[in-house]
Amino acid sequence: MTSSWKRSAATLAVFVVTMAGCASQAQKGLEKPPSTKPSASRNAAPDFTLKDVDGKPVKLADYKGKVVLLNFWATWCGPCKIEIPWFIEFQKTYKDKGFTVIGVALDDEGWEAVKPYIADKQVNYPVVTGDSVVEQKYGGIDALPTTFLIDKEGRIANTHVGLVSRKEYESDINELLQ
Amino acid sequence: MNYFSRIAGLALAAATAAFAQAPSTGVLTVTEPAKLIVKRTENPAFELKVSLRPGYHANSNIPTEEYLIPFKLTWEPGPLEVAEIVYPKAKMEKYEFTDKPISVFGGDFSVVTKFKRAANPALGPGYITGKLRYQACNDKMCLPPKSVEIKLPVLMQ
Repeated sequence: MTSSWKRSAATLAVFVVTMAGCASQAQKGLEKPPSTKPSASRNAAPDFTLKDVDGKPVKLADYKGKVVLLNFWATWCGPCKIEIPWFIEFQKTYKDKGFTVIGVALDDEGWEAVKPYIADKQVNYPVVTGDSVVEQKYGGIDALPTTFLIDKEGRIANTHVGLVSRKEYESDINELLQ
Repeated sequence: MNYFSRIAGLALAAATAAFAQAPSTGVLTVTEPAKLIVKRTENPAFELKVSLRPGYHANSNIPTEEYLIPFKLTWEPGPLEVAEIVYPKAKMEKYEFTDKPISVFGGDFSVVTKFKRAANPALGPGYITGKLRYQACNDKMCLPPKSVEIKLPVLMQ
């Protein structure tokens, strides 16, 4: 083997090892659950009042003092449907510890689509139908599911866009309930 | 041709290609339709070329789950009437959020509309307008349903 071939082989080996290291770090980064934001850097969750399935107003500010998992979803969204059974369980487990889930459904058909679904799944937390005003208040909801974890002071402590693990939500909830 | 001229030429070609890829909404792009020249006795076909961003899929025209929003191309009345819309063969794919494979479109594909002449159509140049409605997701999230307007220039002879 000539010296130039050896140099090329060595360079290639270094490159491969470096890339493998980067990939490994990236993989670790994906697996690591994101922690909630430090308290000082949290912004107030925009308030809203929307109606539930019975026409009763649900006002976010009324939940101040509780940890709120605010979930934007729709019946046509497959990943949202993975999370909803988790949220039902969270509501059962943490409700008496100062926690609630609020679901904001973004179906164009409104209750016509949402009501049968929440009845079928026996959703045990407040669900409202959203509108573009609320979407805009939350920075425009470009993808579903989008979920905000709101601390007891009514500030956004974490945001998850897309399907994340149940463990990540539980980690956020437990941290915020402390 | 020197190096910089070649680079400039490539950049211009890329920019031209980019502008030809219209209209687009988010992760889906359709190619700008060329004028459809329709001869007196002809029932023409139009091929709409669609491209979805890698990693994303759209539900097919016949979704396997009732809750999924189908991919649908429709046309407004005009000098041509729709005889048939031929969608591509769907792929059955399994995602993290599905228990079983679902019927989807992805990558680059075409939707062919077979037209027939309307009775006594206005002759000469004009447009017919279509609407492509779709709903796209990747493995982790879904985007709201969207519609793309297709403006097909026609010349009725």
